[in-house]
Amino acid sequence: MVEAKALVKRFGDFEAVRGIDLHVRRGEAFGFLGPNGAGKSSTMRMIACVSPRSDGELSVLGLDPDREGPRVRARLGFVPQQDNLDTELTVRQNLQVYGRYFGLSRAHVREKAHELMEFAQLTERADDEVEPLSGGMKRRLTIARSLVNDPELLLLDEPTTGLDPQARHLLWDRLFRLKSAGVTLIVTTHYMDEAEQLCDRLVVMDDGRVVAEGSPSELITRYSTREVLELRFAPGEQEGAVASVSDLGERVEVLPDRVLLYTPTGEAALERVHDRGVRPLSSLVRRSTLEDVFLRLTGRSLVD
Amino acid sequence: MTVVSSGRVVGSWRAAWLRVEGHWAWYRRYWTSNLYSSGLQPLMYLLAMGIGFGSQVEPGPATGGLSYVHYVAPALLVAGAVQYAVGESTFPVLSGFKWQKDFIAVTATPVTPGQVLGGQLIWVSMRLLLSGVVYALIAWAFGAWLNAGAALVVLVGALTGVACAAPLMAIAATTYDEGTRFTSIFRFIVMPMLLFAGTFFPIEQIPVAIRWLAWVSPLWHGNELARGVTLGGLDLVPALGHLAFLLALFAAGGLVARHYFYRRLVV
Ligand SMILES: Nc1ncnc2c1ncn2[C@@H]1O[C@H](COP(=O)(O)OP(=O)(O)O)[C@@H](O)[C@H]1O
Ligand SMILES: [Mg+2]
Repeated sequence: MVEAKALVKRFGDFEAVRGIDLHVRRGEAFGFLGPNGAGKSSTMRMIACVSPRSDGELSVLGLDPDREGPRVRARLGFVPQQDNLDTELTVRQNLQVYGRYFGLSRAHVREKAHELMEFAQLTERADDEVEPLSGGMKRRLTIARSLVNDPELLLLDEPTTGLDPQARHLLWDRLFRLKSAGVTLIVTTHYMDEAEQLCDRLVVMDDGRVVAEGSPSELITRYSTREVLELRFAPGEQEGAVASVSDLGERVEVLPDRVLLYTPTGEAALERVHDRGVRPLSSLVRRSTLEDVFLRLTGRSLVD
Repeated sequence: MTVVSSGRVVGSWRAAWLRVEGHWAWYRRYWTSNLYSSGLQPLMYLLAMGIGFGSQVEPGPATGGLSYVHYVAPALLVAGAVQYAVGESTFPVLSGFKWQKDFIAVTATPVTPGQVLGGQLIWVSMRLLLSGVVYALIAWAFGAWLNAGAALVVLVGALTGVACAAPLMAIAATTYDEGTRFTSIFRFIVMPMLLFAGTFFPIEQIPVAIRWLAWVSPLWHGNELARGVTLGGLDLVPALGHLAFLLALFAAGGLVARHYFYRRLVV
């Protein structure tokens, strides 16, 4: 569906995307995970054929975006990072007017708008103006709008950023349905739980580069241990404690507010911490996540 | 399972027309608040200047021997069109890029930036025609027209308006701040043009040294044409000259605007 080689995006002298390779297959849910400024949106916009590449090769749906932009755009759906709904029109009008730009008949868009409002749980607000809708509703409408042409490939740039947990879960559920209907999804996110939930395969991006690629569980197995022991200490005590427990994990990460011990068995490690007379204020054993993968790869957290 | 998209690329004119349809969806909801600025404002000018103030003006050589209301009615239509076109091609166009962002939304569909511009120009032209017709009909009820040439005045008004709109859309596409330059354009270009480009009095009253300012203003060319088609007294060659000026401004403005629409939307 998407094929990229040494893809580059420059803004003036600044390189936002520094030569990435991608291969997205039909029917899969593919993710870009990375912190703000990693170049995710710039990459998505190139794939969406709204931003020309500066260098490298790119093919989307087998076509060259530079030469066949409108033809590619006709067949894909794009949810930009920032909603750009027509806030002075109603929910229904937003869907119908947008659908017409894809060459769809009036009768078709009327029918489709109805179906999409059901899908996005917006039927009750059908004839309300968009302006006063909640953030979650606007986001759902933007996603509904991106589906008006039955896209083969759906691009979602940070679909749930800024939404409350309930709204996020509702959106994830809709995206699962699309995936099982055969739509290829590409999602960017800086939430590791979103990447784990949604993506079959993902690339971790940092500073314009792809630093790792694989399924969420592959990445965790490759770059982290099964479990993580998190220890918090009273102010001033952390440094001394690190010295006495650092050999208990395969790897240690010292963060400003806590220490992470990477180990196959967190409980056993915690026992040994206690055996050595180290008394943390609190401790937590959890499974490794993509956050740990990112920390390992870049030395930084995903969300600051 | 394979999904087959229902979307397809439409032709350029059709795409521009679909934009007009989109504007129409909006207009249907808000038309009452638009009517004032489009049709009613020039009418108030006609009442105040043509009929009120005009009652104090003796027909003379400057008015071609006509009563002032007949002299000023065609030009007020054109001046109203220019004012209206300026309004429609500055802040609303900047909004398409910056606040409402509808241009950004639409160019993620098969529609291109050039087609967005085309749709914008067609939409402005249509509204200029509509408000021109509204003005002409009511002015007719006040006896402000000499003959059916008034219908051509509506066309001249729309052409003059859209000729101003095209370069202004180019300027809007290169505006990244809140549009403070538009205020300067209104103050230092549009207002003087409305007052001095032959709408209320012939430009022969202006000192020769600065009369060229009227010659280069699209409104003067529109006014001359508008009076020509309904009051007569305009020869073919100057008429073609005025027409050529307006068409050239439209074409040049449109090409520059197209360039900047792409520059702004394809980044
Ligand atoms: N239009 C632009 N002009 C200049 N710089 C840009 C532009 N868009 C993005 N950038 C820069 O490119 C980098 C990557 O941005 P972006 O692709 O938005 O990252 P992400 O989506 O991962 O947060 C950032 O440093 C950002 O400031
Ligand atoms: Mg982004």
